[in-house]
Amino acid sequence: MIETIFAGLVGVFIAVAVYLLLARSLVRPLLGVAVLGNGINLLILVAGRLTRDAPPILGAGASAPPGPLANPLPQALILTAIVIGFALFAFLLVLAYRAQETLGQDEVDHMRAAEPPAGPPPPLSY
Amino acid sequence: MQTALTFAADWVIVVPAILPLAAAALLLMLPNRIAVSWWIAVLTTLAVGISGAVMLWRVSADGPLAMTMGRWLPPFGISFTADITGAALLLTAAVVTLVVLVYARADEAGPGPSNRFHALVLLLLAGVSGAFLTGDLFNLYVWFEVMLAASFGLLILGGGAPAFDGAVKYGLLNLLGTSLFLAALGLLYGTLGTLNMADIAGRAAGADPAIMTSIGALLVVAFGTKAAAFPLNAWLPASYHTPPASVSALLGGLLTKVGVYALLRTLVLLLPASRDLLHPVIAAIAIATLLLAPLAALAETNLRRLVGYLLIGGVGAALAGLALPDDNGIGGAVAYVIQAMLTITGLYLVAGLIERSTGETDIRRMTVSGGSGTRLSVLLFVLLAAVAGVPPFLGFWPKLLLLLGAAERAAPAAPQAGDAIAWLVAAALLLNALLTLIAGFRAWATIFWQSAAEKAHGSAPPPAGIPSRQHIFGLGAAGGLVGLVVVMGLWPEPLLATGRAAAAGLLGPHAYVQAVGLAGSAR
Repeated sequence: MIETIFAGLVGVFIAVAVYLLLARSLVRPLLGVAVLGNGINLLILVAGRLTRDAPPILGAGASAPPGPLANPLPQALILTAIVIGFALFAFLLVLAYRAQETLGQDEVDHMRAAEPPAGPPPPLSY
Repeated sequence: MQTALTFAADWVIVVPAILPLAAAALLLMLPNRIAVSWWIAVLTTLAVGISGAVMLWRVSADGPLAMTMGRWLPPFGISFTADITGAALLLTAAVVTLVVLVYARADEAGPGPSNRFHALVLLLLAGVSGAFLTGDLFNLYVWFEVMLAASFGLLILGGGAPAFDGAVKYGLLNLLGTSLFLAALGLLYGTLGTLNMADIAGRAAGADPAIMTSIGALLVVAFGTKAAAFPLNAWLPASYHTPPASVSALLGGLLTKVGVYALLRTLVLLLPASRDLLHPVIAAIAIATLLLAPLAALAETNLRRLVGYLLIGGVGAALAGLALPDDNGIGGAVAYVIQAMLTITGLYLVAGLIERSTGETDIRRMTVSGGSGTRLSVLLFVLLAAVAGVPPFLGFWPKLLLLLGAAERAAPAAPQAGDAIAWLVAAALLLNALLTLIAGFRAWATIFWQSAAEKAHGSAPPPAGIPSRQHIFGLGAAGGLVGLVVVMGLWPEPLLATGRAAAAGLLGPHAYVQAVGLAGSAR
């Protein structure tokens, strides 16, 4: 039951992210990437099953758990994904800031510095 | 089960990932002395190449090698697994990196003389090696992000408005691609409860085909973005021509190929049933990429953007192999990826030399004169012929394998029905060769045969050729790579044998699963 609710929440996160990613101004797609990352982290957490069990720690001298344990793996995966996602998101923020400074523009429609200048179409101008 | 320590000689598997990482960290701590950092980078790349060659030799003789980290038993610990596909691509990646490092010595105006450049190149190599060797899907995601981080740095190291513009588009779309891969991976974990590739290969057959196919489709979108397959390729021509030529060559030679490799690994080795259900989609993507990319190249006026479109066409050819899942088709795809890594890198390097000796980036304004013009025209001619697949040159042989694979599927022996899609793929492959030939040689003829007076747009007289130092490193590196392309084209047997052996390994996962130590649970 709780997994179904969380799955719906993942859907909401991803819908919000898609809405933000479709915007033209550079800040919104960046926020969209951040929201998408969080939605996917939640997805991994739900994929590992949400259970009410003992923490996955063995007592001193024990070699096997006494009963069922909570699944620690999704947390390890999410932690890694958060670190990577945070670093790349921070880089993208700085990059967007520098691009806005250099190009004087944060509308992706008008970011054309890397495109070749307009001219007659090639078959005629060759 | 593996309970003993890994046999010492098997440590060669982790060398290609760990050594460049450590060397990159070292370079960042050292003072900025170009000669020192260059030698460290070259020696590290050589070591990676040698371990790649050793692995290829051992894997061809004894089957896949595996090593699982931290003494956790295989499905739990992170495995590194070298099979023929991974080892052959790793060796090629090291060769490409070495050539680019030599070439970058000539980039005096660019980011060449800086240890940050060398550190980022090594970081990129570490990411690529890790992606080729890892046997764990989450670890593959980590290596993808390592590559992404290094390529961000390389793209903007030179600075300038075009580089920032290109990097924003490159960064956003590629981060989106890896995020989708992470989502697919989470769903796969939720369904099968494992991320170890060998374990997945064993369990996927028993899982619900509907869920597996959704995951497969998500993987096609994610890795299709990384590989720049047709509807998802917009980031590549927007960014790859903005950094210095050495960086273009490195990114063009390595990054998209890792995307293709990941598609082959996941869809052929891990989820063959989803691949079969997605067959028409993959074939449609391959055909669209094969045809539209060279058409875009035909309409392109910027030399390095044109090379970018030829690169995308090559990705289409490799995906065509994915749409022909037999020994010849998959073998052709692996062989094509190997040849594309070499020829596309060469094309970017030669394009950089042409840009430098003419001082122009627009094909219509380039005027080349004198001895260096002759040399450059020969180099570009050979590489264009290799990319298009003109018979004695390198690109022909993988395409021959792909066409053989298509013919086998289209008209198999009596009882099975032929696959009509295979005819379309074969036709697209042939048309792609023709269009690539036209697009490439039209540019070649415009650059080298049209005299300055004939050029439609008047331009400044060309600079007095390439300075001698750049001449030696730049022409030397590009010439060496072209020499390798010619030799491999004239003696294609090793490439074709490697491709076929790689296909056998990908299509029959038994040896791979057994090497990791999971033979008992395999299907």
